[in-house]
Amino acid sequence: MTALLVMLGVGGICGLILSFASKIFYVYEDPRIAEVESLLAGANCGGCGYAGCAAAADAVVMGKAQPSVCIVAGPETAENVGAVMGVEVGSAESALSKNSCLGGNRADDRYHYMGLQTCSALSTFSGGQRLCTVGCLGKGDCVRSCTFDAIKIGPDGYPVVDKDKCVGCGACENACPKSILTVRTISERLLDFNRKDGAHAPCSQTCPAEINIPKYIAQIREGDYEGAVNTIRERNPLLLSCGRVCPHPCEDYCRRGIEEEPVSINQLKRFVADYEMNSGKRLPIPCAPDTGKKVALVGGGPAGLSCAYFLRRLGHSVTIFDMMPKLGGMIRYGIPEYRLPKEVLQWEIDSILNLNIKYIPNVKMGSDFDLGSLISAGFDSVFLGIGAWKDYSLRVEGENLEGCYTGIDFLTKFAENQQRNMPVHKLKIGNKCAVIGGGNTAIDCVRTLVRLGAEEVSIVYRRTRNEMPANEVEIVAAEHEGVKFNFLAAPLKVIGDENGRVNHLEYKKMKLGEPDASGRRSPVPIEGSETLMEIDMLITAIGQGPDVSFVENGKRLKDLTLTRWNTIDANPEILQANIPYIFAAGDAYTGASLVVEAIGGGRRAARAIHQYLETGETAPVRRSLRKKHIPESIFKTVDGLKQSKRAEMPELPVAERIKCFDEADLVLKEKDATAESKRCLQCCRLCYNKDMA
Amino acid sequence: MGDYVVILITTIFVQNILLAQFLGNCPFLGTSKKMETAVGMAMAVVFVLVMAGVITWMVYYWILVPFELKYLKTIAFILVIASLVQFVEMFLKKSIPALYAGLGIFLPLITTNCAVFGACILNINKELNFQKALVTSFGYAVGFGLALILFAGVRERILLARVPKPLQDTSIALVTAGVLSLTFFAFKGIV
Repeated sequence: MTALLVMLGVGGICGLILSFASKIFYVYEDPRIAEVESLLAGANCGGCGYAGCAAAADAVVMGKAQPSVCIVAGPETAENVGAVMGVEVGSAESALSKNSCLGGNRADDRYHYMGLQTCSALSTFSGGQRLCTVGCLGKGDCVRSCTFDAIKIGPDGYPVVDKDKCVGCGACENACPKSILTVRTISERLLDFNRKDGAHAPCSQTCPAEINIPKYIAQIREGDYEGAVNTIRERNPLLLSCGRVCPHPCEDYCRRGIEEEPVSINQLKRFVADYEMNSGKRLPIPCAPDTGKKVALVGGGPAGLSCAYFLRRLGHSVTIFDMMPKLGGMIRYGIPEYRLPKEVLQWEIDSILNLNIKYIPNVKMGSDFDLGSLISAGFDSVFLGIGAWKDYSLRVEGENLEGCYTGIDFLTKFAENQQRNMPVHKLKIGNKCAVIGGGNTAIDCVRTLVRLGAEEVSIVYRRTRNEMPANEVEIVAAEHEGVKFNFLAAPLKVIGDENGRVNHLEYKKMKLGEPDASGRRSPVPIEGSETLMEIDMLITAIGQGPDVSFVENGKRLKDLTLTRWNTIDANPEILQANIPYIFAAGDAYTGASLVVEAIGGGRRAARAIHQYLETGETAPVRRSLRKKHIPESIFKTVDGLKQSKRAEMPELPVAERIKCFDEADLVLKEKDATAESKRCLQCCRLCYNKDMA
Repeated sequence: MGDYVVILITTIFVQNILLAQFLGNCPFLGTSKKMETAVGMAMAVVFVLVMAGVITWMVYYWILVPFELKYLKTIAFILVIASLVQFVEMFLKKSIPALYAGLGIFLPLITTNCAVFGACILNINKELNFQKALVTSFGYAVGFGLALILFAGVRERILLARVPKPLQDTSIALVTAGVLSLTFFAFKGIV
C-alpha cells in the first residue's frame, strides 16, 4: 500500500513539475508542427532523412520537406498532412537526388587507378582520375550509401536515380566526394545559379536565364516534351515568347557551331513551348506553401513576370502593378504581332497568373501610387521592373514636326489600337517613311510600316549593316520584305513644309573610322556630303531608357541611386538597390536589352528578395559564373563531327506576310525537331558526344 | 581531494562504463559514425548523467529509504530519469537555445540510454555519499564521451579501409569495439 502511494506520489510530483515547466518554459512553436507530428508514423525511424518524426514535422512546416515526407506511413497520411499545411499532395515536387554530371564513360582519364574501388579513396589522389575537375568518378559510393536501393550506376557509367524509390534523404549527397549528387527541393532548384565549379555546357553558361539547354534537348530527343517544358520552366516562365523573339546568344557558343552550323536551340524551345500550348492543357506548376510575405512588383513586363513567377513558386504572395491595360510590358507593346501574336502571349501570361498572382493594371508609379503607399499597404519588399519606355531623342532641329514619331511610342500606340480592335489604319502613316536607328525597335517599326501598306520604307543608320545591333534574322526578314537600307547616314535636320508637316530629312554621309569603346567602328562625317531625302513620315528609334521621373516626387525614393544612363543602380549579383527593400531588374536595370536578360534578372532578383524576406540579409551566389565562361569548356576545335544540316525555320512567304500581321515565323515539324535535337552534342564542361559511333 | 581524483581515474579509465562495463552500447554503435554526432552525444550524456546521478541519489535516500521501498528503485529511477530528460529539454529550449540546438536529437534519446541508468544504480549499490555520487556520475559520463569520440575517430578511418564484405559496417564496428575494450583493460591495476 505504501509502495503504491509513494510511487503514485513520485509520479505525480514528476508530472506536476513537468506541467509547470511546460508553462514556464513555453516557447512559441507553430501549432502545425505538433499537428503534423501527430499524423506521422511516430516510429522515429529516420528513413525520411530527418532525426525523428519531430524533426520531420518541423521540416514540413518550414517548407523544407513535402507532406509525403514519411516513408513508413501511406498516402493517406500524406493527404492529412497536406490538409494541415493547406497544400495539395503532389502539387509540390518532393526533394529528389539529382545527378549533375553526365560524363560517365565518355569522360577522359588523367591516370589509371588500381587502388581501392571507392570514390572517397580515389578522390584523395588529386581529386580523382577524371580530366574534368568536377566530374563523377563512377565508383559508386552513392550506390552503397543509398538504403532505399534507388541509385544504380547506369549503362553510361554515371549514377542514375530511380525517382520512385528516392525519398530525398540526402545520404548520397553526403557520400559523394565530388558533390555531383545533390538532394534539392524544387524551391532550392529554382534558386540555383550557374557556378564556376558547376557542370555547365557552353550554351547554358551563355544563356542569361541559365536554362539547362542540353537537358531539354535530350528530353525532346526522347520524346519527353512535357519534361522539356518543365526543364525550361525551372529557369524561364516565358518560353513561348522567348522561343519566338530570343536572339539566342546561346547558339553563338554552341560547340557544334565551332566546326559547322550550331544547333537551332531556340527553335527547339519554341517547338516544345508550342507543343504545350497546342496540347490543350497546361502542365501543373507546383508552388511552395504560403510564407505570408507580400511583395509588390512594379511593372508587368518580362522582368516583373519572371520575378513574380519565381517568388510565387517560392510561396510568397505577389501583386503586379502595371501602367498599361494588359500585362506583358515591352513584349506586348513593343514587339509587333507578326513576331509574337498577342493570343500566344496572353496564354503564356495566364499560365503565370494562374499561380494566384494578383495584378492591378492601368496604374503608374509616381502618379497613381508611390513607394509610400506600397509600404503602407503592407508590402515587405518592392521590385522595380519598370522597363525602358522613354525614347532617346535625336536632338536635331525639327524632330517635333507633324509626322515625326518615336519608336516605342509608335509601336505602343499601334499595339493598343490593334488590341482594342480599332481599325489599325486609324494610325496615320505616310507613303515615304524613314526610320532612324539600327536596333530591333527600328526593324520592328519598318516591318510594321510595310504591313500597314507604306509605299517606301527605309532605314537610316549612321554605321553599316555589320554594326547594326538588331538580330540578324530580323534584318534578313526586313530585307526580304523590301525595306531599303540607307547606311552611313547621320541625320542633321528634319525639314517641314509651311504647314509644319515633315517633308525632308537632311543627313550627312559618313565613313567608318577607328573602333570605339563598344568595339564597333565609329562613323566619321564626310565634309560637304549633306544630302536631302524626301519623306513624309519619320520615326526615330535610336534607343530607349527607363522613365524614372517618379523618383523626383517621392520622399522615400529621393535616395534611390541611379546610374548616369538613368537606370537603377543595383548590385549586379543580387540586384538590390541602395534602399535595402528595393530590387530591380530588366531594362530598368540594364538599359534596353534582351527579353531573356530580363527573365534571368527577374529570377536573380527573386532569389535575393526571397533571402531578404526570410533572413533580412542578402548574399551573392557563391562562385557565381553570371554569363562568364569557364575557360576550359570553350574549345578552339572539335573532333569527331559529321557535317549536318541545321533545321531551317519555316516561314510565311514574303508576298503573303507583308499584307497581314499573321505570325511570320512558324514552328518546326515534329520530325524536324527530333532530327535537330539529335544534332546536339550533349556537351558539359569537357565531355561531348561525338557523331562517330 | 585525493579520493576524488582516484574516483575520476577509476570511472573514466579503469571502469569505463562503455568499454569495461559494457553499458550504453546502442548509442555507442548508433551515434559513432560521424565525429560531429559523437561529440554532440558525448556532451548530452555528460549533462544528463550528472543531473540524473544527483537526482536519483536524492530520490533514493530521501524518499525510498525512509519509506523502506528500496526494492522499487529500478522503476522509480526510470520514472525520474525520463521526467528529468523532458524537463531539461524544455529548460534548454527556452533558456539556452544554442545548447539545445547543439544537443539536438540526442537529448531525448538519452531517456533510453542504459549507461545513464546503470551509472545511477551503481552509485546506489556502492553506497556512495552525495559528493562521491556526483563525482562518480561525472567520471562515468566523461568516460562514455571519451570512448565514444575515440570510437568515432576510428570508424571514420575504417570507411577508407578495405573491409571484407561480410564484415562491413556494424560487424567491423563490433570487432573494433572489442579491440578498443581490450586496450582499456590495460588500465586495470592502476588504482
